[in-house]
Amino acid sequence: MSDESAWEKLKSYTDARIALGRSGGSLPTSELLKFRKDHALAKDAVWTELDVKLLEREIEGLQLSIVKLSSQAADRLAYIKRPDFGRKLDQESIARIACFPKTEHDISIILADGLSAQAISLHAIPFLKEFLPTISAYSLAPICLVNQGRVAISDEIGELFSSKISIILIGERPGLSSPYSMGIYLTYNPKAGNTDEKRNCISNIRTGGLPYSYAAGKLAFLTSEALRLKLSGVNLKDTFDSQLLKNDNRKQ
Amino acid sequence: MVYQHAVGNFNFTFPDLKTVLAKASPEKSGDQMAGLAAKSEQERIAAKLVLADLPLKHFLAEEIIPSEVDNVSQLIQDSFDAKAFEVIGHLTVGSFRDWLLDYKTDGEKIKQISPGLTPEMVAAVSKIMANQDLILVASKIEIVSKFRNTIGLKGNFSTRLQPNNATDDPKGIMASTIDGLMYGVGDAVIGINPASDSADATLKLLEMLDKLRQQYDIPTQTCVLSHVTTTLELINKNAPVDLVFQSIGGTEKTNSSFGFSLENLSEAYQAGLEMNRGTVGNNLMYFETGQGSAHSANAHHGIDQQTCEVRAYAVARKYNPFLVNTVVGFIGPEYLYDGKQVIRAGLEDHFCGKLMGLPMGCDICYTNHISADQDDMDNLLTLLGVAGCNFIMGVPGADDVMLNYQSTSFHDQLYIRQVLGLKRAPEFEEWLFKMGMTDQSGKILEAKSSHKLLSL
Repeated sequence: MSDESAWEKLKSYTDARIALGRSGGSLPTSELLKFRKDHALAKDAVWTELDVKLLEREIEGLQLSIVKLSSQAADRLAYIKRPDFGRKLDQESIARIACFPKTEHDISIILADGLSAQAISLHAIPFLKEFLPTISAYSLAPICLVNQGRVAISDEIGELFSSKISIILIGERPGLSSPYSMGIYLTYNPKAGNTDEKRNCISNIRTGGLPYSYAAGKLAFLTSEALRLKLSGVNLKDTFDSQLLKNDNRKQ
Repeated sequence: MVYQHAVGNFNFTFPDLKTVLAKASPEKSGDQMAGLAAKSEQERIAAKLVLADLPLKHFLAEEIIPSEVDNVSQLIQDSFDAKAFEVIGHLTVGSFRDWLLDYKTDGEKIKQISPGLTPEMVAAVSKIMANQDLILVASKIEIVSKFRNTIGLKGNFSTRLQPNNATDDPKGIMASTIDGLMYGVGDAVIGINPASDSADATLKLLEMLDKLRQQYDIPTQTCVLSHVTTTLELINKNAPVDLVFQSIGGTEKTNSSFGFSLENLSEAYQAGLEMNRGTVGNNLMYFETGQGSAHSANAHHGIDQQTCEVRAYAVARKYNPFLVNTVVGFIGPEYLYDGKQVIRAGLEDHFCGKLMGLPMGCDICYTNHISADQDDMDNLLTLLGVAGCNFIMGVPGADDVMLNYQSTSFHDQLYIRQVLGLKRAPEFEEWLFKMGMTDQSGKILEAKSSHKLLSL
């Protein structure tokens, strides 16, 4: 076996940055600059603002009503330094929701920038196109677009819209190898002050990560189970994968 | 007790010791978010001036969290060594700094008084020290720990091999491990952060690492960094547990939020000792800490994040640990905002840990939403190398694909060895040479594909 092929084989087992070679003891130039390029992408992803206009057009294209909201974090810097600000709606947003008729809904769907606005720009709409047909039986509150939002802001929004379930699509903290990754959190009976064990999470939705169709199937499963059992979080057992497996076996 | 000092045209007063400590702290975003930080540079220096004049004895009279409500305070009280304190009992915080820097004060002298120091005294003196003071004094103190090899000898610098994998895939973990060993990484420990905390998954990883270690007779220790209660369960089933891991904090409420009690730690420590797996020593606890943990758990009692951190070292000290690792930049910008704050925190933690008598290492790291980059990590690595840090992490290409953060790489440890002439643990250094992976000076040799590690 040649030197290269032994290392190539090792490399094929993992996404980790192994078998990089050395210049002296240090990183070869190509690897050093590759790392710096990946960090540049991740860093810019954190500081990029949500393209609200584009999302608005795309959501209207899906024949859905939409409301634009903001957290109490006035800008990106406040958002980064004060997570607590990103969990609460500002006064104007609360007033905007109050203008809607007081009706109950099954589901609130929320899109928030989180720590990677580009993850939402890239993945939210293609994901919704897969997901929405699976929940056509349920009533939907207007789709919310949130600037400078954290996961827990979905509690306040769901509560104000009297929704049984809040679903938030949010940009995840960029990893060096995954700058534009989207996460989804589902909470039954959303109420301000809920904690994380009340939520179910699907993460790593991105190119090279979880595909839209799989994530949509899983979220549809969690949604119907949460509505049926009237709960979410650690007590809602995620048996979606094992059911998939069963279905696959039946096919064979 | 009145705490006050005039600076400029203003007389600053502080209600109690914990406020003086918090206001004297170098700027940290976590203290600001908690409303504990100084509001101006003048207030900060006023608090430092108050602190410098405070007799060390005063720290024995004023508990910053009452021991009635916090068992870490109780532990601090119970473990205070009055005899060791006598040597420095007449000093103020300011003259204690002078004493530490004195040419006549060597590492042995510092180690003798160490059991007489409370974490609050240690935090206090660090707050009035410059970065170079933190480096200089730490470099005097040699803290050695032993299990299957010897860590922390002067002139030695060790690494944890961290072969994490997003799905705990055995082949992926083994590929990273072999790559790391070829760079001479892993004398502190080969340690995996598991993606799953289930006992079964942990056991599989433990068995895999133990098999590798035995097959090549590697003089090191392995660890799967699962929760202490999971580890205890596995020890009771005779799993091959070398080091017992737990993340710890400086208040009882922090530790409860981590899901363990001091009794759990004691029980796991005893169980580890009874396994008797160490060959050259029996230090076997592996603790991780980090400024901001008490604050993010809402468990800080109005204490600044650095003082909370040093209180965690009082917990660690009780269990004669093999490794104590401050994971300095993982917590996020709301606690340490940028490279400057991370670097200061890393130097503080290393100094305070060493002064408390601990085998301190540092996960020199950052996430992508803080204002720092790999150059900041290079700086901190160099400073900690000079300060005599016991160990750092070795992560493939500095990119942890499971925890999604950046740490120090296999290459980084080669850099620091080259510029500072630092060696690995002697037993491990000898093994690398025997395996044909290094030359006599410890320099890494070209990795041949015919090497037996690569055939694994």
